[in-house]
Amino acid sequence: MRFDFIASYVSAFTGPWWKIFYDFSILTGAVDEWLKGSVSPFWTTVIEMVVVGVVFLLFYAVVGLFLVYAERKVCAFIQNRLGPNRIGPFGIFQTIADLVKLLFKEIIPIKNADSLLFNIAPYIVIIVNFMALAAIPYAKGLHAIDFNIGIFYILAVSSMSVVGVLLAGWSSNSKYSLIGAMRSGAQIVSYELSIGLALITIVILSGTMQLSEIVEAQRTGWFIFKGHIPAVIAFVIYVISSTAEINRGPFDMAEAESELTAGYHTEYSGIKFAFFYLAEYINMFIVASIAATMFLGGWMPFHIGNLEGFNMVMDFIPPFIWYIGKTFVIIWIIMLFKWTFPRLRIDQLLTLEWKYLLPINLVNVLIMAFLVLKGWHF
Amino acid sequence: MEEKVEIIATDEKQEFIINMGPQHPSTHGVLRLVVSLQGEMVKSLQPHIGYIHRGIEKMCESITYPQIIHLTDRMDYLSAHQNNEAVCLLVEKALEVDISDRIKYIRTIMSELSRLQSHQLFWATFGMDLGGQTCYFYGLRDREMILDIFEETTGGRMLVSYNCPGGVMYDLHPDFQKKVKDYIKYFRKKLPEYDAILTGNVIFRERTTGIGTLSLQDAISFGITGPSARASGLSCDIRKHEPYSAYDRVKFNEVLFTEGDTCARYLARVEEMRESLNIIEQLIDNIPEGPYAVKMKPVIKLPEGDYFQRVETARGELGVYVISDGNKNPFRMKFRSPNFVNLGVLNHLAKGFKIADLIAISGSLDLIIPDIDR
Amino acid sequence: MSNISEYFKDVFNGVLSLLKGMRVTAGYFFKPSAIVTQKYPENRKNLVMFERFKGEVVMPHNENNEHKCTGCGICEINCPNGTIEVIPKSIITEDGKKKRAIDKHIYRLGMCTFCALCVKTCPSNALAFSQKFEHAVFDRASLTKQLNKPGSQLMKGVE
Repeated sequence: MRFDFIASYVSAFTGPWWKIFYDFSILTGAVDEWLKGSVSPFWTTVIEMVVVGVVFLLFYAVVGLFLVYAERKVCAFIQNRLGPNRIGPFGIFQTIADLVKLLFKEIIPIKNADSLLFNIAPYIVIIVNFMALAAIPYAKGLHAIDFNIGIFYILAVSSMSVVGVLLAGWSSNSKYSLIGAMRSGAQIVSYELSIGLALITIVILSGTMQLSEIVEAQRTGWFIFKGHIPAVIAFVIYVISSTAEINRGPFDMAEAESELTAGYHTEYSGIKFAFFYLAEYINMFIVASIAATMFLGGWMPFHIGNLEGFNMVMDFIPPFIWYIGKTFVIIWIIMLFKWTFPRLRIDQLLTLEWKYLLPINLVNVLIMAFLVLKGWHF
Repeated sequence: MEEKVEIIATDEKQEFIINMGPQHPSTHGVLRLVVSLQGEMVKSLQPHIGYIHRGIEKMCESITYPQIIHLTDRMDYLSAHQNNEAVCLLVEKALEVDISDRIKYIRTIMSELSRLQSHQLFWATFGMDLGGQTCYFYGLRDREMILDIFEETTGGRMLVSYNCPGGVMYDLHPDFQKKVKDYIKYFRKKLPEYDAILTGNVIFRERTTGIGTLSLQDAISFGITGPSARASGLSCDIRKHEPYSAYDRVKFNEVLFTEGDTCARYLARVEEMRESLNIIEQLIDNIPEGPYAVKMKPVIKLPEGDYFQRVETARGELGVYVISDGNKNPFRMKFRSPNFVNLGVLNHLAKGFKIADLIAISGSLDLIIPDIDR
Repeated sequence: MSNISEYFKDVFNGVLSLLKGMRVTAGYFFKPSAIVTQKYPENRKNLVMFERFKGEVVMPHNENNEHKCTGCGICEINCPNGTIEVIPKSIITEDGKKKRAIDKHIYRLGMCTFCALCVKTCPSNALAFSQKFEHAVFDRASLTKQLNKPGSQLMKGVE
């Protein structure tokens, strides 16, 4: 059996080995087949789940730490500073050092805090993150679960993170935290609408909610180009409202540090604070991935109609690179928002949503539906 | 004790009381605001001061006049030079010393430079209070160059201690004029950037327009001075009304707005930066030759009587009042500091607005806490 | 109708103002030459303070271990917060006269506010500011310094 595995492994690489960068299902399929051949189906599932879980844990930590570092560098360059530059070359190990520090830090018990909810809140935020990460297509074949309602699932799951935030604010027995949590609740509930409608615009265009099919539908052109102006408007609205949904500046009402010191996680310390902090960045990664997948074609390379030569060159770049590249461009834009704009006030935030984004969005959905009905899109 | 009882009493009325400060990112120091809220709405607030009270007025009674200079530095540390100037002008007025034009020019240029750096820091921190953290670094980046100019001539960056009764401590550094001219050129290019990031920004406008409006009537009755009062249309610039040093020889506009809201207070300061640049530009090429300090007696004794001198600091009117019994120490020294008076209006302005507005309002008053407590 | 056009004008102008701000910040992001950070411990060698920088009060000695301090105590009188303490001694000069001279010139850096009055008022220019700015020590006691070097003499010709 062991030899079977090696044989199939080798067979996976009998072609040029770098093929797996273009289609990960070769590798995952080989591993799956070997497991099925060697152990019972039950254990196959268990082992595969564990492996995927470990991979996601690693991915989570690496992406989270890298994003914290990236944000510090980006904001430093925007602000004419150098940013972290002491630990490792260009300070790349700074966030790891920070994490080690947070791991060793004392977790301070809060007097009169609701300890159950207080302890549970960071885990809720983290679990929600993992659930959303699982449904995102990272490259061809690199996809933990491919639901036929993928985008709907992500929307549903990611809106649950507000529960963690509310619990954190409520249970910490701190007035600043409470105000932060309440603000965050109002904010996320409203902006969920805009995100949903902006994505529905694309769902109308693609005719499916399955993320892999949405990506596949963009082989001939990304939706932001295919969908005329409505897709562009939906993209802009999505970026704005997703920035609001993940509680980042200029919509960081929930933790507005000049008003509420640190908002809902004021009272957290040590690794629990790190959980919130990491979750914030992973949230940013998730919304940027969805934007990349829905509007910019996910891992799909940039294709122009019938230009065979150009398309070949674009296909040569592995899908994973495309995916990461698009995601980080959007993350950079979101970071630029935070480091440029002053913060909105809570009532202005809601005004923006209900008086500007929502009506524009509704009209936009109608126009998109009309376009699709008439078949005017590309 | 009484204060504690009051808090409990208000608690029964279902108010949400938060303590803003003494350690809070946007009270700029150790100001403590006890804010009672209803939801996000500020119902009333009570400033508690004294966390950085050092008894400067009392300390002044036991030291000589030249020594007082270094204490005035530490009141309003962003207008250190203007504070020094107030004491020096008072001593010179009392002793009827004629100081040379060169001293007057140097003092005026230095005053305007320190007004400029103070307003830059205001711009920086105001942006940060509103959540735009990049403003902070841009403001400090430009302020740093002024501090370098200060350091080259005076040896100090923030607490310059440059004035002394009868003149200034040292002559201007040979590079001073060139560096200041370069800086004016540099900063004129940066001002449009300030406008692009904050002044013109739609979020900023929404956050500040119509927030914390101070009427002209209220500005007078609360005794507000400085840019905060001029934003309400109160003409109160000492530089215009009672010119000291070389202010009677320069042409400049008193920046006046009529709106009186947070945005107007901000704009007044940004416009004052432009005016300061104009003033420095008019003076920097025409600094007359002459001694940089008048020879004073080794021990300065003010004749018996009381004296008053006021100057326009970056935040408003600083009045220095001295009662002298003819000794080398003042018998009583009193500073009428602009920040203490300006703080008084905070409750009046913030009532009925949200917490976020409270931050914007207190930021726009540009309070320096050590000047409040002294 | 005008309401609707105003609504869209609002949206357009608002977005335009936001883009203006983003142009500035993005411009700086792609302009590393604008970075003003100095790498401090690395640039220590070529970090020169301005000559008037008030680092700490020192008493310059010449190569013969001679200083200009006569021990008159004017700096002590002028110091607003008791930073300086002059401990004089009387010496007998070559021609047999008793003369006041400096035994110890104590300077407490921890209390100094750098008002420059001591340097300014010294009649014999015995004091000066050094450009040293790295004052951190592990023991507070080492901030109390004796400015005249051991065995130093009064410079000739200074009264």
